[in-house]
Amino acid sequence: MFRDTGYKYAAMITIQHISKAYKNVQAITDISLEVQKGELFGLIGPDGAGKTTLMRILMTLLIQDKGTATMNGFDVIKDYKKIRNMVGYMPGRFSLYQDLTVEENLNFFATVFKTTVAENYELIRDIYIQIEPFKNRLAGKLSGGMKQKLALSCALIHKPEILILDEPTTGVDAVSRKEFWEMLKNLQQKGITILVSTPYMDEATLCNRVALMQKGKVLDIDTPRNLVEGYTRKLYAIRSNDMHRLILDLRSYEKTDSAYAFGQYLHVTGKDDEVEATEFENYLLKKDHHELQVFDIAPTIEDVFMELLREVE
Amino acid sequence: MKQFIGFLKKEFLHIFRDPRTMMIIFLLPIVQLLLFGKVINTDIQNSRIAILDQSHDNTTREITSKLVSSGYFVLGDELMPGDDVEDVFRKGKVKMVVTFGPEFEKSLERDGKADVQLLADASDPNTARILTNYASGIINDYVKKEKLQNLQLPNQINTEVRMLYNEGLKSVYMFVPGIMAMILMLISAMMTSISISKEKELGTMEVLLASPLKPIQIVLGKVTPYLLLSFINALTIILIGVFIFGVPIKGSFVFLMAESFLFIMMALSLGILISTIAPNQMVAMFISVLALMLPTILLSGFMFPIENMPLPLRILSHAMPPRWFIVIIKNIMLKGTGILFVWKETLILMFMTFVFIALSIKNFKIRLE
Repeated sequence: MFRDTGYKYAAMITIQHISKAYKNVQAITDISLEVQKGELFGLIGPDGAGKTTLMRILMTLLIQDKGTATMNGFDVIKDYKKIRNMVGYMPGRFSLYQDLTVEENLNFFATVFKTTVAENYELIRDIYIQIEPFKNRLAGKLSGGMKQKLALSCALIHKPEILILDEPTTGVDAVSRKEFWEMLKNLQQKGITILVSTPYMDEATLCNRVALMQKGKVLDIDTPRNLVEGYTRKLYAIRSNDMHRLILDLRSYEKTDSAYAFGQYLHVTGKDDEVEATEFENYLLKKDHHELQVFDIAPTIEDVFMELLREVE
Repeated sequence: MKQFIGFLKKEFLHIFRDPRTMMIIFLLPIVQLLLFGKVINTDIQNSRIAILDQSHDNTTREITSKLVSSGYFVLGDELMPGDDVEDVFRKGKVKMVVTFGPEFEKSLERDGKADVQLLADASDPNTARILTNYASGIINDYVKKEKLQNLQLPNQINTEVRMLYNEGLKSVYMFVPGIMAMILMLISAMMTSISISKEKELGTMEVLLASPLKPIQIVLGKVTPYLLLSFINALTIILIGVFIFGVPIKGSFVFLMAESFLFIMMALSLGILISTIAPNQMVAMFISVLALMLPTILLSGFMFPIENMPLPLRILSHAMPPRWFIVIIKNIMLKGTGILFVWKETLILMFMTFVFIALSIKNFKIRLE
């Protein structure tokens, strides 16, 4: 499942056969992947997929049970001090000081990383300029989107070569999410390697490559485009006036292979690709569904993910 | 070094921006000291007594006025023979009844002895004991000085009592060292442990750990502000003790402060140790209060004499740092002794500090979990 990308020597992050268990839970199992220099790489998966554990191992905050990992050639266990100097990290929870102001937080992290805000202002300017008007406001009083911008500024203040972001857009409004990804794209332009995790499937398309994760395992690694193109099943979007009954009826239909809620519609595949849209339509009309819509739809990453999940289970 | 100063700055901002922390640090010591010193006062002052004088002669009148002018007693009722004494106590206003037998003066001059009875309300045993002691002291003193000096009594032993180092038996002499130990323990140990575990709880520790900061920088950065503040507190407590309560400092002031410094260091290292164990602020607080404050108050000899404790508690009290510190400051302040007399206690505190630091270093995690 690991496709050779041909850039072995430019790998910035390498993970080989990493496993980690907590007391009685296997958090991640035999994960291997590589992130190339300058790449924007996404770990995509729901809660409990093992994204945070993997990132903490890379950040030298946890020690893996098995396997090895390197960041820019440095071993995450042996060379943890070097890694802590060159990586920017944004943990899943907002971890800045709520009782310090925006400016105080930024200055604090600058001194901790033995630098000054002035020295690396260039790198954070585009981001920081948006929160600068509130620089005397306590960090705890910022909105979710502004908190993320401040956290990102703090993580960038020492000009890291690698940036690790754990679910940076969780709990942030849609507009701020979009802005945030644009910022990541800009940072990537400046040569920073970025590893980002997210539970939102739609954000996967914004990454160069993604690893789809579930229950501590990597289901597939590829570019979003390849993943979607690799999905060859015929997919229908179906909608009616009673969505709840619709999903039950479809799942009990012998020609249905899978049916999932997907926004306003259900995404449905047939037992084989010979099943026509009209067949679904006729079946559902018989079941007394009204305002029925059935049409072909192009697959998204989420459809790929669901399909991969079903293959595993 | 710049990193460290940056860290210190942040810590002071945390402290100054949190009103609760500020209250604990600056208000609590003063309030507690004044409370213990003024309100919770076990000294006997102005206790109401009743007199039942069956003889009404010069001697009994003089003894009565001696009792009242001592300052310990005020005269409540004058009882008549036949009055129900118990009834007086039941009303609860009178703590002690002094009864002079009939023909008090005459029998004193004739036989060299006379009857006086002290009835005390022992529902509060400590007060009753102290009251009767004081009263019999005053009566004996008067009789000996005024009445018996011309009488030659054979084989009489006079016991003369002097309370050294605290002649007035003032309890504030006891409270100032005790409260100092308690406050320093509270601020140093509890506040540091809470401030470190707060970072763990809020997730900022994760960022600090993932930064190039060394563990020693994090710990020192956390401890230094509290070291300074605790030292200021120690000074405040001593100043209040000296200028408001009149507690003397007979020994060297510098030595006193040096010992306080040692005790603060001990408490701080204990605080760090607690924070390496406690996963969040609640647990840190719980350990600090239950495992530190209560034993400090109960087992250090501050409130209850160690000699009176059952053996297991007496043994346990050896492990209480404040026990040794209280001995040290009492020695310096009240007796004026130097290091020669408290070197053992000083060494014990140093040893404890060393053990706590060693354990903290062993327990401090450079990673999560």
